Amino acid sequence: MIQLQELCRDFDVGEEVVHALDHVSLNLPAGEYVSIMGPSGSGKSTLLNILGLLDTPTSGSYTLDGVNTSRMDDNELASIRQNKIGFVFQSFHLVPRLSALENVELPMMLSGNDPKLRRERGHAALERVGLGHRDSHRPSQLSGGERQRVAIARAIVMEPKLLLADEPTGNLDSASGREIVKIMEALNDQGLTLLVVTHDPAIGERARRQLKFKDGRLELDSGGAA
Amino acid sequence: MRVLDCNKMAGGALVRYPGRTFMMLLATAIGVSAVLVLTSLGEAARRFVTAEFQSLGTHLVIVIPGRSETSGANPSMMIAETPRDLTIDDARAVSRSRHVVRLAPVVVGEASVSRGSLEREISIIGTTPEFREIREWKMRLGEFLPNVTMERGAPLCVIGAKVRTELFGIDPPLGQWLRVGDRRCRVSGVLAPEGTSVMIDVNEVVIIPVLDAQALFNSPGLFRIVLQATSREAMPLAQADAKRIIAERHYGEEDVTVITQDAVLSTFDGIFGTLTMALGGIAAISLVVAGVLIMNVMLVAVSQRTAEVGLLKALGATRRQIIALFLTEALFLAALGAVVGLLLGYGIVAAMRTFYSTLDFVPPLWAAAGAMLVAMACGIFFGILPARRAADLDPIQALMGR
Repeated sequence: MIQLQELCRDFDVGEEVVHALDHVSLNLPAGEYVSIMGPSGSGKSTLLNILGLLDTPTSGSYTLDGVNTSRMDDNELASIRQNKIGFVFQSFHLVPRLSALENVELPMMLSGNDPKLRRERGHAALERVGLGHRDSHRPSQLSGGERQRVAIARAIVMEPKLLLADEPTGNLDSASGREIVKIMEALNDQGLTLLVVTHDPAIGERARRQLKFKDGRLELDSGGAA
Repeated sequence: MRVLDCNKMAGGALVRYPGRTFMMLLATAIGVSAVLVLTSLGEAARRFVTAEFQSLGTHLVIVIPGRSETSGANPSMMIAETPRDLTIDDARAVSRSRHVVRLAPVVVGEASVSRGSLEREISIIGTTPEFREIREWKMRLGEFLPNVTMERGAPLCVIGAKVRTELFGIDPPLGQWLRVGDRRCRVSGVLAPEGTSVMIDVNEVVIIPVLDAQALFNSPGLFRIVLQATSREAMPLAQADAKRIIAERHYGEEDVTVITQDAVLSTFDGIFGTLTMALGGIAAISLVVAGVLIMNVMLVAVSQRTAEVGLLKALGATRRQIIALFLTEALFLAALGAVVGLLLGYGIVAAMRTFYSTLDFVPPLWAAAGAMLVAMACGIFFGILPARRAADLDPIQALMGR
């Protein structure tokens, strides 16, 4: 599913060059459940951004689903993000003026799907996260856990292969956090590749495979033959 | 992304930030209504002047002594020659043209007019009864110089409505004697009051037979010959006849200027049309200012919604889609503002018509259409920069809300 080879990402900070990712090589098969942990500044968010095609590596190669992404233009990258990758963010990033269903429909709207199909699949996605009865609620009328569930529904409505979650429980109390993790694990059981970036060891240790980063290097890989 | 969805997203954003939307609508609306109000002012002036000239009479041709040179005048000629007078005999000769229905010689001047101890300095017109028919003046009392012709004078006069009240008060004026300059004449009629007609205030005038006026001012020359052609088509023919006949009488020299009402009308029409366009252009500047405001507010909108833009990018929105979203928003604002501006503009113009009914205020259609187009063009033009800025946002930074 994902192959990284000698991946580097440098940032110019004033005069200095910071190596956010320093020669990372990694191989993640489809259906994997991976947690990425490490202190802040260790490069885990940078890795997630590159995996999500929101950022491009300085050097090295990233192959997703057998396709090398390094020479793609903006439109091709956008299309892959749309069809193969789902994002879940720490702060949910729901559009406040849209209802739960409309938020879930957003990716399908951008891809130009028929409104009827959108409603059906959007509603189905909300059902999958247990919010089938909240279609018309606005984000402000939902609890934090419910908002994150809407965000997950939005991430899976295009049936992606890869779900990237950046501190998905960071803004939630532990009860709703556990619920969110369970929902994502259930999706993983159905074959979705799941990558979770987290500070929280209790959540990180649930993953079948755990990666620990420090100073841009992969320090520990619990289950990989990378 | 479907067009309808794009419109819904953009429209939703406008509803979400009503204060901002209202400000931009207002700016555009003021611009558009300014165009409407100013052009309707110019248009009203044009109509007013046109109507004034039409009120001179129908199918008018006017003979003016002296040649107005429009090309290549020889300076020595201008010094050597004084224009020959236009005379009653000229007028009589022109009146024989078959394209002329009626004709009136006109002499103008000023003289003191008195009745008893009341005396006033008043404009005097010397002419014949045909003049009233040509100008389509109505009589309040009596007759307009009965039995007077180009050959026959009479000690008679016709007075304007204001002259009557000032000199006669409530006394009946008909048949009373007035002293005009050094001559005495009887009042044969009073003109019906009217609005100011071009050059002459009909209410403040004393009209006497043309021969008497020539004697009064001691001058054989005429100020104008005014004639009415048989039809609109005959106007140029009558004009040519008048030119030819007078030239023959003046030893082959074309020393008069003959203008037609149409020519004067179209000249004024052109002048006021241009003026109206210029006013519209000036007002359109306010539309550009509104455009700049739209740009600034859209830039603020982009930075307010960076997180949303970042999210859309993460969800697979292309650059074009994001540009389309923000451009649509700017275009909606401009279009809505233009519509509000149209309503506002027509409202103001209607109010102007109510409060100042002398002028016929109507915004010209081209101004309304032009203002709409310019408003939309400004919306697109000034929407491009913010839309591009949104499309260029780095999704990572945007999602972090930086």
